[in-house]
Amino acid sequence: MFSETTQPLWALVPSLLAIPLILATARRPNLRETWTLLAALSQCAVVLSMLPWVLEGHVIESTLWSLAPDINLSLRVDPLGFLFALVASTLWIVTSCYSIGYVRGTREKHQTRYFASFACCLTATIGIAFSANLLTFLLFFELLTLTTYPLVIHKETKAALSAGRKYLAYTLPAGLTLFGAICWTATTAGNLDFVAGGFLSTKHGTAETLQLIFLLFMIGVGVKAGVMPLHSWLPSAMAAPTPVSALLHAVAVVKAGAFGVLRVTGYVFGPELLRDIGAWTALAWFAGITLTMASLLAIRQDNLKRRLAYSTIAHLSYTVLGAALLSPWSWTGASLHLVFHATLKITLFFCAGAIYVNTHIENISDMAGIGRRMPVTMAAFAVASLGLVGFPGINGFASKWSLALGSLEAGQGVFLGLLVLSGVLNASYFLPIIHAAFFKTNPAFDRVAEASPWLVAPLVITATISIVWGIAPNLGAHAVDLAMLIATSVTGEHSG
Amino acid sequence: MTWSQLPILTPVVLLVGATAVLLTGRIRPSLAHRLATATCASCFAIAIALAVQVHHHGPTHYALGGWSPPIGIELVADTLSVYFLLVITGIALLVMVGAAPAVERDTPGRSAEFFAISLIFLLGLSGIVLTGDLFNLYVFLEISSLSAYTLVSSGDERAGVAAFRYLIVGTIGASFYLLGLGFLYSVTGTLNMTDMAMRLDPAAIPVRLAAVMITVGLGLKMAIFPMHRWLPDAYTHASSTATALIAPIMTKVSAYVLIRILFFVFGTSMVSIDLPIAQAIMWLSVAGVLVGSTMAIAQTDLKRMLAYSSVAQVAYIGVGIGLATPLALAGALLHVISHATMKCCLFLVVGAVELQTGNRKLSSLSGIGRKMPWTFAAFTAAAVAMIGLPPTGGFFSKWYLVLGGMATGEWWVVIFVLGASLLTATYFFRLLESIYTRQSSELAPIKEAPLAVALPIVILGLAVILFGLFNSRILDLFLRDAMPPGLVISG
Amino acid sequence: MTEFLQALVIDRWAYVFTILLLSVGLYGLVMKKNLIKKLIGMNIFQTAVILFFIQQAYKHGGTVPIYDTTVGARPELYVNPLPHGLMLTAIVVSVATTGVALALLVLIHRRYETLNEDELLQKLRES
Repeated sequence: MFSETTQPLWALVPSLLAIPLILATARRPNLRETWTLLAALSQCAVVLSMLPWVLEGHVIESTLWSLAPDINLSLRVDPLGFLFALVASTLWIVTSCYSIGYVRGTREKHQTRYFASFACCLTATIGIAFSANLLTFLLFFELLTLTTYPLVIHKETKAALSAGRKYLAYTLPAGLTLFGAICWTATTAGNLDFVAGGFLSTKHGTAETLQLIFLLFMIGVGVKAGVMPLHSWLPSAMAAPTPVSALLHAVAVVKAGAFGVLRVTGYVFGPELLRDIGAWTALAWFAGITLTMASLLAIRQDNLKRRLAYSTIAHLSYTVLGAALLSPWSWTGASLHLVFHATLKITLFFCAGAIYVNTHIENISDMAGIGRRMPVTMAAFAVASLGLVGFPGINGFASKWSLALGSLEAGQGVFLGLLVLSGVLNASYFLPIIHAAFFKTNPAFDRVAEASPWLVAPLVITATISIVWGIAPNLGAHAVDLAMLIATSVTGEHSG
Repeated sequence: MTWSQLPILTPVVLLVGATAVLLTGRIRPSLAHRLATATCASCFAIAIALAVQVHHHGPTHYALGGWSPPIGIELVADTLSVYFLLVITGIALLVMVGAAPAVERDTPGRSAEFFAISLIFLLGLSGIVLTGDLFNLYVFLEISSLSAYTLVSSGDERAGVAAFRYLIVGTIGASFYLLGLGFLYSVTGTLNMTDMAMRLDPAAIPVRLAAVMITVGLGLKMAIFPMHRWLPDAYTHASSTATALIAPIMTKVSAYVLIRILFFVFGTSMVSIDLPIAQAIMWLSVAGVLVGSTMAIAQTDLKRMLAYSSVAQVAYIGVGIGLATPLALAGALLHVISHATMKCCLFLVVGAVELQTGNRKLSSLSGIGRKMPWTFAAFTAAAVAMIGLPPTGGFFSKWYLVLGGMATGEWWVVIFVLGASLLTATYFFRLLESIYTRQSSELAPIKEAPLAVALPIVILGLAVILFGLFNSRILDLFLRDAMPPGLVISG
Repeated sequence: MTEFLQALVIDRWAYVFTILLLSVGLYGLVMKKNLIKKLIGMNIFQTAVILFFIQQAYKHGGTVPIYDTTVGARPELYVNPLPHGLMLTAIVVSVATTGVALALLVLIHRRYETLNEDELLQKLRES
């Protein structure tokens, strides 16, 4: 029952099982939240249990049943999927704790719907991570779109509803584009199974056809990854409660988009074909422009969550850029950034939420002096922002370093320039917040103290993880080993 | 009884059932509903038995009155007819289970008559899918149509006008069919489908004329654009039970006749290569998808919105027929079962809402999702399937349609079919948003529908998802064998 | 052209006749405002189809299809009985349809007190 091949299946079960349990215990909040925590813990445990197999280079595959002729609903654990699932399931634990503190602190309505949707989202995310072929991927990808919708409109205010509509207006057409691209691939290649290094080749069509398919794919997954000009749903979606923004709009949903980019470039098209049809340069430039523009736009935002949203857009493009450059180091960097950005950005969102619960302040201009009253929270904020800037000793440095090496390796020094520029811009929108928080005073905050332990503990944990991984990136999850495995399998060359 | 007599059993049981329901209605009206439900249940059981029989032993033939074909009329149960028979009887059973309160409210004191006519309606439909004789098919077509007109007229005060329009259009459609049949008979001298398929000369002018006329006639019955104008009125003004019964299966059975005659009698090459009939159906259906979806967005009445969406969804089946490739046809047939379940679910929800609130304006649905959680959970599943999102049946029928379209290089069809999903998403998400988020004080005393009404709805909601996840089972069990000669689903 | 017309009128006059009747029926259906007249148009349309079948059965010099010892078992001397049989059923269908339609018209007239389409639409819009 717990053999190697059924393990990916068991990874889906906890969050799936949690949904009916949460719905059934709607009247008993403590029990309901216990289910959430139990599901998160067991899901993470199941995912972690596969680590030894993955490190040994096993690809675990389990086929459930046939979805269409020659296409099965099947799950497959390879290093890339494992890395993504690990991030999502680990961060679900901390987010669950945080959510409990948050929704009780702000007395949110419809808490049952909230927790149930969250469990749905996690199921979909793990499904995306472990999809073995494009159709299974699409299935979970659209499921994620659907189940995130109730969370975006959770507050049911006018702003939330219009954010929800905007969210659908972006993601549904994207889903259809992806659908079209996958159908086209199925028609030309007759196969949809992911293969490291890609399964499409020049014999499947003219360069123009393949470029068009690639474009459709990129529109399909690019919306979730926030690649400009398809990004504008993300800042609006910040109308959702902060834990939603933290896990979904910093980790699960947007990372699912970035993960999709990695899957399509590395496992459908493959480096060789992308070089042949020249599509990688276009993608790289889109990513390069996005990461610069989004950083510039972030400076102009006064709402903290919106600033974080733009920063997310910029950092997702690091991953996209890494994928587009097609060199071993750039792929290592892209995979690492998928993980490391998650811990950093979730910390920042947690901090924003903690401040909001305590003071109901959302705007950066009102936050001067808050650091003296909430020192732990703001210290964690400082750690995470420095990590995103690329400060050595915090995990963001390791991924940025690999990306820098990757752009040199690919002979594209110009992107190294963009990475450095973006680092400077990161500093210019994060450091003023920290400076004002600690070195200014505001008498209005005299009676403010740290938020409840439910809120503070998670952000301390994620900040600590960031520092630990900054010093020893390979500790625990073997993130670097996995990233190198991914890079080797996709590019066929060793990095480092 | 031998197994070969199974095909005749469904019509006979329905006929006997209808008579019995009418008679018991005179004596004990409360028994009428139970008897009608029992009749539908036994028909569903017969359909399953027939499906098993056909699956193991191949097509089952039954010569009526012992007159062997091609002289006599024969009933033929092959995989295609059994597939449709299962859909018809399954939907009928689920509609019938919870029909009692709504029918008693809509047609007070006449519910036995309503149930009797419903059974006659089902008799007509099951006869259509089972017969192997083209004239017999006309008779069954008219039996089902006549009872459908009557059922429609049992609705609100405008129903009479809607039913009359439906009757005129339906009769013209049937007359066109009969006229086309006249041409076919004059050149072949036979009415048996198998016999006629062998004797036809696709190049003969009367045969071609007949193909056009039969397509037009069935197009009217199936509500292919621009022959769809009767449908929204009929579905809107009919009583909720009548709509839930007619909407999911009536147009599908017309699609069955179209498939049966175009692909099995005329042959694929004649309708798609010699004559541009398939292409015409395809493009008219594409127009129907767009027009139906657009019109649905503009409606303020829930039933009318669903009626226009029926126009669009039936057109998806038309697109599949028009593309005339194995995968596209599989998509069309898969859409038959998935659209039947989801549309039945949606119309039953409308009936349940009318029952609990007495209203069906879109604006009055605000916040109702929390009052009737089970009903609207199923509604959500069906709505998601209508949009065509995974993992529902609606997604996979679209998947096969698009694959079929790409295989033949009909890129515009692919683009329109996918684009229309967005139109569908527009009106369904607007609806879902108000159902779940807005608060309305008027709704305070509203409760979940009674079990007999809610249970079929929930079953249908689940079926919508299961048909998607296990669509390849349907494909393997039915659709592969149901393909017309010359079309084979690979893989 | 004249030859073609001649051939059409003399050899295929039954077709011409059918088409004429069909057109008359369609005209009534589409152009007439009174619902009863629409129904009559529909009936003419159906009758055209029925007559089309019947004329196919006709054989020059053929007699009624009842076995006659003076004629013997020579099928070419009897008219084809099958279309007659079929049309008997079609007439039943047509009568039933007309019956249902008339019942509907009674229903409509009771409620709206008119059978004129324009007036009916007016009243539908007002209600």
